[in-house]
Amino acid sequence: MNRTDRSIFASWWWTVDRTLVAASLILLVGGLVLSFAASPAVAERIGASDSFYFVKRHAVFFVMALPILFTVSFFSPRMVRRSALVVFAGAIVLLVAVLFFGQEVKGARRWITLLGFSIQPSEFVKPAFIILSAWLFAEQQRRHDLPGNILAILGFIGVEALLIAQPDIGQTILTGAAWGAVFFVAGMPMWWILGLGGIGVGGGWAAYTFVPHVHARINRFLAHDAGRGHGGPMTADGYQAQQAHDSFLNGGWFGRGPGEGTVKRLLPDSHTDYIFAVVGEEFGLLVCALLAGIFGWIVFRGLSHATREEDPFIRYAIVGLVVLVGVQSGINMAVNLQLMPAKGMTLPFISYGGSSLLAIAFEMGCLIALTRRRPQATRFSAPIQIEPAGEPAPAE
Amino acid sequence: MTTATIDGAPEERTGAEHPEVRAARTQSESRGRILVAGLGFAGIYAAIVLRLIGLGMASDDHTAALDSARAQISTARPDIVDRNGEVLATDVKSSSLYAEPKRILDVDEAVEALASVIPEMRGDDSVRRKLASKTGFVWLRRELKPEQRAKIFRLGIPGIGFMDENRRFYPGGATAGHVLGTVNVDNQGISGIEKTIDQDMGLVELRNLGIVPDRGIEPRRLSIDLRVQHVVRDEMLEAMARFRAVAAVGIVLDVRTGEVVAMTSVPDFDPNHPEQALEKQNMNRATAGVYEMGSVFKTFNSGLALDSGKVKLTDTFDVTPLQFGSQRIGEFHSKGHPLSVTEIFLYSSNNGSARMALRVGSQAQRAFFERLGLLKRIDTELPEVAAPLVPKGLSDVSTATMAFGHGISVTPMHTAIAGAAMINGGRLMPPTFFPRTPEEADRLAVQVIRPETSDKMRYLFLQNATSGTGGSGSKAAVPGYRVGGKTGTAEKIEHGHYNAGKRFNSFLAAFPMDDPRYLVLTVLDEPKAEAGGEGPATAGLNAASAAGGIIRRIAPMLGVMPRYDQPRPAVASN
Repeated sequence: MNRTDRSIFASWWWTVDRTLVAASLILLVGGLVLSFAASPAVAERIGASDSFYFVKRHAVFFVMALPILFTVSFFSPRMVRRSALVVFAGAIVLLVAVLFFGQEVKGARRWITLLGFSIQPSEFVKPAFIILSAWLFAEQQRRHDLPGNILAILGFIGVEALLIAQPDIGQTILTGAAWGAVFFVAGMPMWWILGLGGIGVGGGWAAYTFVPHVHARINRFLAHDAGRGHGGPMTADGYQAQQAHDSFLNGGWFGRGPGEGTVKRLLPDSHTDYIFAVVGEEFGLLVCALLAGIFGWIVFRGLSHATREEDPFIRYAIVGLVVLVGVQSGINMAVNLQLMPAKGMTLPFISYGGSSLLAIAFEMGCLIALTRRRPQATRFSAPIQIEPAGEPAPAE
Repeated sequence: MTTATIDGAPEERTGAEHPEVRAARTQSESRGRILVAGLGFAGIYAAIVLRLIGLGMASDDHTAALDSARAQISTARPDIVDRNGEVLATDVKSSSLYAEPKRILDVDEAVEALASVIPEMRGDDSVRRKLASKTGFVWLRRELKPEQRAKIFRLGIPGIGFMDENRRFYPGGATAGHVLGTVNVDNQGISGIEKTIDQDMGLVELRNLGIVPDRGIEPRRLSIDLRVQHVVRDEMLEAMARFRAVAAVGIVLDVRTGEVVAMTSVPDFDPNHPEQALEKQNMNRATAGVYEMGSVFKTFNSGLALDSGKVKLTDTFDVTPLQFGSQRIGEFHSKGHPLSVTEIFLYSSNNGSARMALRVGSQAQRAFFERLGLLKRIDTELPEVAAPLVPKGLSDVSTATMAFGHGISVTPMHTAIAGAAMINGGRLMPPTFFPRTPEEADRLAVQVIRPETSDKMRYLFLQNATSGTGGSGSKAAVPGYRVGGKTGTAEKIEHGHYNAGKRFNSFLAAFPMDDPRYLVLTVLDEPKAEAGGEGPATAGLNAASAAGGIIRRIAPMLGVMPRYDQPRPAVASN
């Protein structure tokens, strides 16, 4: 887009899925509004001189995210692919660098300071890698000279290895789930899928066995009294889970009202992992349900686009991106609601976090760009399906 | 899964396929897989939404313990004061200490901190147990001292809080028990004026909406005068003891406005101990018990006869016993010759009264009683009001008996308020327990007899109390005050028969009789002859003397000054 042509905007307007644009904007604005609820308490607790420290930073990221979202949404599929490649290349470099130069926070190296900004490269690698994988799988089907499947699998192993090395189990699971979905939808043979599933289960088992805090969390969750072991001391994440649970109960259907919540003063991660609980306490369960509904809308709307899409790359990419958003929001809400063991996972758009906000803007921008209506190359219809004479058309 | 993926090696076949066919195949195949993914997400979001709904349901119970405790104790009520501003009922506020154990981070620390203010808590194992429990709400200590509250507050222990507790307190104890009524543990009025206040102010509705008014409630002023109330109760208790009655009622009305200045029904109860109100003998006989009032009804009968125009004060009536079938109307103070209307009133002649009523007619009597409000519940603020028992049909025998107060049962309050109308110029006003100005009274008043008839009634009252030949009423005489009145000595019905040994005595009095200000009704239920006293258990001896005792004490405090000039009868004996 070297010229801002009126017709470009017009064609965008008429082909874009406006409900997805609206959902993204609601979530972006909602995240800014909700940051007023949750962040000041955290800022006060960590002793920031300005209690609106996080709110202001969130506003800055909001201002940056908005143009990213819109610009990317104008991209053609080819440009989406190329931008993903650029982002991926940059993110991989940073992912490697973070292992050596990253700041260690709470026992993990996830952030790297670049030009005065603290960046979490794992946030950016997710959508970029998913888009590239979708392209690789699609290419493999089109031309056999490119070993797309192998490259995608190798890439997957590499990315996952880098994420585990941080360690960042949450992002590992997320990337695994989204990549697995692409892999699954790309029509990979069943035994491959079973193999991958086996690796996933094995990885989970390995994490449970060898990573102490994963082990502890799952045990506590299974014992089903998160936060209050049997007479034992209250653990940090169990305490958070318990507080989150109480905050929903305190809020009831309609909430205590903005600013009336108390749980945000007790939860260390109230502005990130547990913002859903803060929303529940201050704005009520109905607003929580609305939030869940918007994420659900993005997922199902995206999947329905994917079923209609002919271009394999676009189809796979949509599924991957949608799964990324859906699984991340789903895990976050499920953890807040104690449906899952405590797992540090931010709520897309809503949680505080610059990298996460900019990455999700890029991700949703790609999704909106890919789900635009465009002239379909061919309409396959019945005559072509029966062309391989003598063979029955595949059931479906 | 489609059959294509499962039955054989897909790689081989794709090589042979037309590219477009293959694209179509993979599209339809991946569509199925996308649907599988969609189903997975549907499951996740359904679980989330179901969980949200479940939490919504649970949240209703969650705060229930705390909220119910809060509603139970912090409900503030308006003070109730008497007509002079003396406190009859008030809220006593105190702070109570509670804990939400779920919110307590460190039980040991919390116990230690509390013990630094309340040392007994250190050794108290139950406190530690309460705090270590995982319930939502426990009381730790009721009624803290203010300085203890301040110290604990400054400690800032998470999960520890205070509630300002309101307790209803009645400084006068039982003095005005039946008027004030009681509140329940939630400080909600359940009887008497307390209940009325709740309904009037919409406190019940407010509370149901979750709004608990706490400050700025104006005290409610009653028409009751605490001094008079005390005197009436004191005199009635004394009379009850002296004449060994089972119960006694005393009512003082302002005849100009219908305000209840005092109302007592003994035995009564102390509203600070509301359980006493449930004992049957402690019922409110003044408004919630109906009785055959007996001869005091001759007041109304005389009013009826004189107001009808068919009977004059000087008319004479035969007083020989009337016979209705097997029933014969007896005569208490038989004179053996026809009596004038005045004499019938003074000697309390049953047969004379019956003949007066029969001359006026059954219809007119019923209509008159209806006008006086004797046939329906009293319209007043007190919730405890009983409906009268009235003969269904009209008959001569019922007309005759109702003339002297038998066959019809009303509450003492009915009698008092109708009696007031007889002497105040003929204006009937519903009784009220709240202050009422003369202007409001004028608006509410219904003219039930002509003012001239009321003048004649005053004459009869004064005659009866000062020069009643039979001496009935003379016990009520108070030096310096012109007290008029009418006695009633009814026999109580037991097992369907009148029992001469069980009486229901009453005295309807007013003072000063030349310009009545206050009406006093005293009632003694089943009085016995006074041991070593002057005579039988008649109202003239017991109820009248109680009324006299009351008037002697209350007249000066009500601002009615004694006068020793000779009274002139209000009406010439025409």
